[in-house]
Amino acid sequence: MADPLLPVVGQPAAPAPGTALEDIAEEVVRFPGGGIAMLRSDALFHWAQKSSLWPLTFGLACCAIEMMATFAGRFDLDRFGMILRPTPRQSDVMIIAGTVTIKMAPRIRTLYDQMPHPKWVISMGSCANSGDHYRNVYSVVPGVDHVIPVDIYVAGCPPTPEALMEGIFALQKKITEGDRAGS
Amino acid sequence: MPAPEIVASLEARFSATPYTLGVEIPAASLLTALRALRDVHGYRYYVLGTGTESATSFEITHAVRNLESNDTLFVKVVVPKDAPEVDSIAFVYAGAEWQEREIWDLFGVTFNGHPDLRRILMPDEYPGHPLRKSFAMDTPWGYRKAEAPAPEAGS
Amino acid sequence: MSGGPIEVVERDFGELALNMGPQHPSTHGVLRLILHLSGETVVKAIPVIGYLHRGVEKLSEHLAYDQLAPVYERDDYLAPTANSNAYVLAVERLGAIAVPRRAQWLRAFVSEWQRVSSHLVWLGTLGLDLGGALGGGTTLYMYCFREREKLLDFLEELTGTRYHTNFNLVGGVRYDLDPAMVAKSNALAASIEAALPELWSMSGGNPIFEERTRNVGVISKDLAMGVGITGPTLRASGIAFDVRKAAPYDAYGELPLEVITRTAGDAEARFQVRMDEIAVSLKLVKAIADGLPSGPIFTRKPLKNPKAGKLPKGEVYAAVESPRGELGFHIVSDGSAKPYRLKINAPSFKNLQIVPHILPGGLVADVVAILGSLDPVLGDVDR
Repeated sequence: MADPLLPVVGQPAAPAPGTALEDIAEEVVRFPGGGIAMLRSDALFHWAQKSSLWPLTFGLACCAIEMMATFAGRFDLDRFGMILRPTPRQSDVMIIAGTVTIKMAPRIRTLYDQMPHPKWVISMGSCANSGDHYRNVYSVVPGVDHVIPVDIYVAGCPPTPEALMEGIFALQKKITEGDRAGS
Repeated sequence: MPAPEIVASLEARFSATPYTLGVEIPAASLLTALRALRDVHGYRYYVLGTGTESATSFEITHAVRNLESNDTLFVKVVVPKDAPEVDSIAFVYAGAEWQEREIWDLFGVTFNGHPDLRRILMPDEYPGHPLRKSFAMDTPWGYRKAEAPAPEAGS
Repeated sequence: MSGGPIEVVERDFGELALNMGPQHPSTHGVLRLILHLSGETVVKAIPVIGYLHRGVEKLSEHLAYDQLAPVYERDDYLAPTANSNAYVLAVERLGAIAVPRRAQWLRAFVSEWQRVSSHLVWLGTLGLDLGGALGGGTTLYMYCFREREKLLDFLEELTGTRYHTNFNLVGGVRYDLDPAMVAKSNALAASIEAALPELWSMSGGNPIFEERTRNVGVISKDLAMGVGITGPTLRASGIAFDVRKAAPYDAYGELPLEVITRTAGDAEARFQVRMDEIAVSLKLVKAIADGLPSGPIFTRKPLKNPKAGKLPKGEVYAAVESPRGELGFHIVSDGSAKPYRLKINAPSFKNLQIVPHILPGGLVADVVAILGSLDPVLGDVDR
């Protein structure tokens, strides 16, 4: 007996526009049992990178809870290939979720440096974007882009899970175009 | 409202002056007063420790509670700004250890006899005490390390 | 290789200083623990905090009383309205501002729902801590967050946002309940109550869970009182102190409140206290929805010029029972429209102080179980 309060999450009938192989490859020939696709190498690599972005578990403050809710069953980032990794050595993207303080900033820089290339950064929430209402406080870094290069800024206090997912899709689009902040 | 008989006994023994939340006692009798509160009057639960800066002094307030009679008493001492030090009650109430470290960190009041007086919320080498009125809230977040680190004891 | 007696050599490598955090999946935020280990046993544990110190107390001295209520919702970010509830209680006590009865009941209503939400997050992250993200704890985490999503949908319908709802204001609350929402709240309470046995069976009924939490991190009564821990951590050590009972505020004087205690003082006792508190909170929201008095929901709207709301000179202390314990605001006013000094009595700050006392003697694996059972929120610790 389905719980009437649980939201109904259905699977889309067709892939979202722009995500099929035909959109990325130069030429695709499908035959029973498989197929052959001809892609430029960077298109292939970008497709692979954006489809399995492994984020570093890095919640700082309240946005971390919304990030956890996004990874939970309802919004489910696992279906986009995102598996949370606890170590920076195994992660592609760092989602800064929360306020960056002066005590924490060197650690964020160290973690960013420890991530292997290619790497991206999503700044989640107003505190990481600009410091929010703490930006004039003595112990707060007004925005994580003072410390590390940021690719995507997700606005909100906290951003809803839908907003974070929009930010991740924007990052995926950015990866497809081959763009990257930082080296 | 603090219990009147406790206030009266503190007034008699330590020349305390009552105020809205509790009593104010001379800084020299802080340790004995709190020991008496804990051992004799049953105020064994530590609630909070805070500091306030006024024009010429710092006010250090400790709040303790008697769980049986459900009474919370605030004990305040006043120390002059040019000699900001007071006795530490960390060995009377274990909970005061971190609260006193916070007051040292944010106000710069030294607690004599504290087992481990060093910064707790700000970085260890931060120069300045942020909650002082002379410290601007929007002090730039990049800072130069202080010449001498905060006093370190223990590890 | 030929056989022969195996020589067993014991070597003592001395103490290892292991740094845990501030980035670590199990430290509930940016907490750093320096653990001195001898083999697997913890010899010394030194918590280092301050990685989320946002200077809220200094910020409070620059904003007017009416502007400040939403600022504190970011402190204990698992139960945002508990912070603003304590703040507006302190301001109303200092300024002798009357609050309508309906507003008080609505404050208790949202506070109890946030207690359920906070305990669900605690339970989910406890599952992640004890089981590991890829080792089975994720199931409990997913189930708890599923229940919480229903609750957040309800809060979104009530206040417009899931999380930092900005619900309390000085002199009342911002949003009201209509009969349709009351019916939704009752249905939601029934639905979460129906899911509780499943959550119990995954956690408390699991023998591995019992092994990892029984007799782990025992806090004795004397240690509890001296350090000043509060909340479910205190009540699990046998001291029946709950601010809602000891100093009733909002509607708690008229509600059927049950103070849950255990005597064991270990992680399992803290777990049981919080699970029982979820059930009590669900009963309370039903009682509040049934007995909600009619009337206005605010007496003093936020003023057009927030700087015009002066409070009389004086000192005040007011506390609420947040899911972590006694959350109090000590405000010193100098008669102007801004606080002169505002101190937040943070329950997680006090609860975390017990870590150097109870971690030594246990194993490294117990560190995570103990931290999970203490339920610290670093926004509350560092402010």
